[in-house]
Amino acid sequence: MTTAEKTRGRFGIYGGQYVPETLVANLHELERAYEAAKQDANFAAELELTLREFVGRATPLYFAERLSADLGGRVFLKREDLTHTGAHKINNAVGQALLARRLGKRRIVAETGAGQHGVATAAACARLGLECVVYMGALDCERQRPNVERMKLLGATVVACEAGSRNLKIAINEAIRDWISRPEDTHYLIGSVVGPHPYPAMVRGFQSVIGREARAQILQREGRLPDAVIACVGGGSNAMGIFAGFLEDDVELHGVEAGGKGETHAAPLNSGTPGVLHGALQYLLQDDDGQILNTHSIAAGLDYPGVGPEHSFLKDSGRAQYHVVRDEEALAAFKLLARREGIIPALESSHALAFAKRLLAERPGLSVVVNLSGRGDKDLPSLMERKLL
Amino acid sequence: MSVHALTAAFERARNEGRKALLPFLMAGHPTPQALEHNLAQAGEFADVIEVGVPFSDPLADGPVIQAAAATALKHGTTLSGTLDVLARRKAGPPLVLMLSVNQVLAGGLERFAQRAAKAGVSGAIIPDLPFEEQQEAREVFTRQGLALVSMLAPTTRPERAEAILKHAQGFAYLISVAGVTGAREGFAPETIEYIRRSAALSPVPVCVGFGISRPQHIEQLREHADGFIVGSALIRGLEQGLSVADVLRPLREACNQQTTGVRS
Repeated sequence: MTTAEKTRGRFGIYGGQYVPETLVANLHELERAYEAAKQDANFAAELELTLREFVGRATPLYFAERLSADLGGRVFLKREDLTHTGAHKINNAVGQALLARRLGKRRIVAETGAGQHGVATAAACARLGLECVVYMGALDCERQRPNVERMKLLGATVVACEAGSRNLKIAINEAIRDWISRPEDTHYLIGSVVGPHPYPAMVRGFQSVIGREARAQILQREGRLPDAVIACVGGGSNAMGIFAGFLEDDVELHGVEAGGKGETHAAPLNSGTPGVLHGALQYLLQDDDGQILNTHSIAAGLDYPGVGPEHSFLKDSGRAQYHVVRDEEALAAFKLLARREGIIPALESSHALAFAKRLLAERPGLSVVVNLSGRGDKDLPSLMERKLL
Repeated sequence: MSVHALTAAFERARNEGRKALLPFLMAGHPTPQALEHNLAQAGEFADVIEVGVPFSDPLADGPVIQAAAATALKHGTTLSGTLDVLARRKAGPPLVLMLSVNQVLAGGLERFAQRAAKAGVSGAIIPDLPFEEQQEAREVFTRQGLALVSMLAPTTRPERAEAILKHAQGFAYLISVAGVTGAREGFAPETIEYIRRSAALSPVPVCVGFGISRPQHIEQLREHADGFIVGSALIRGLEQGLSVADVLRPLREACNQQTTGVRS
């Protein structure tokens, strides 16, 4: 059992269910369904088959030889970019879509930042014949245009959210409001380890396949565990997924937040204070009056003022360390991986790569696993438009 | 003012054989200084006044109140500024704050309750603080004589409604529909049934909110509830240049009409 399950949705003080009364019945229903599904061998078998045949798991653990020589260590990439739809998001999307079908829900709503969760959800819904509505900040629709087209092609309705910061935070607000309006027939398929219980524990559960595979793969290849595991953190689902495999081991865990342009950023674990957003107590970028601050990151998927409650807990307990990488450092890592290894990473994952470079510069010779959470094709039009390539 | 002021306000309405009217005003909307004036005007029609403190990311609000909150934040509206305005008020119906849990926690729960009580507030509605998360806030509020207003939704299961209502203070807020705030056409039979069921269980007056915009809505529900909350319709009226009195007068009249079956 994870901490959250033992304490009804709390990781230390973090988490909880801070939602309007209208949604409480849904959360309780979801909690029960998830617990039942976990005990059900048929559900496990169906999920396993879907992950293998539809998602394309297991993903490789790739030894990046030329990058390793460059950075001065042994760098392994967990290739979530090779999954169907191109990011780790699909692991959770298929898991929750199967669960929603079990609950008899016919309609799925989701939020998306970079568009990867939206595409994954649209694909999972198409496969199961579920109606799909994806909320996406209008700013993100502009900077991740290829993903908007992919979602539409997969049969999803994409709603561009024009309010306020026009990014991921606004998309989550809108998705939750939709769910409040149609709680009976709709499942909210949240894409990260955020939101009210049981979402953080459940999404971690569906993403923990990354860590399970990575641990077995590195042991088989190297005969030992890595010194460190590195992942980028927006809401924190890819990080929680890979951390889950190594939490009990003597392995350093490094989460990397988006430092943006410096003065404006999206790094709540480094610069925030505890507060409630989107149903959970967590580290948060907020002002003295409790208003949520606007964020900036070059990576739409990291552009979020909050972070999962379990990361908030891991920070306080010291089990994981959280660092900040700025836009320009991430962009340099993006280009470096393309040149050295022939792999174009997502801008989100590039933050993790940039930190790997920093860590190996300080402590050469370490063996590190970087979660390459997604591929970067989606980022090209926007980067080219802004003449950043 | 305190939870007792709320109880007294509903008692007065009942003794006068009418339904209570609870208008909602957003601090800092439609103009930065509007609250003081609008409170005074609303006082002539209201039994209790809800004062919304704008939040950047409200979850349960529809487009009208969201936009009003965004306007109010642009006007620099803050919790402490709002409490200052409320503290200056000399007379009028009891006040209940409506705000998000993060606004309550930001300066500390204890400090919030002390400041609110000092400003003459009787209680608070915190829509994103559901029953299971309320215990600490309820204890702190009780020490300051503040009511933590309980909310029920159409999706609330009967046994849960019973548990929630057992702790209700001042009045209970019945969310009329599964949805966000905002005006609606009418009410379905199951909505009426849910209101009747909740009223029967409730030790305190029950007030219906979400979607109350016209006298007909009050007429349709009046024999089942003790009071009516008017939010989006008032906000929209103010934006269209109407006065608080223009919007509230016909609703007040609908509340005043005698019915044969007054709930006891």
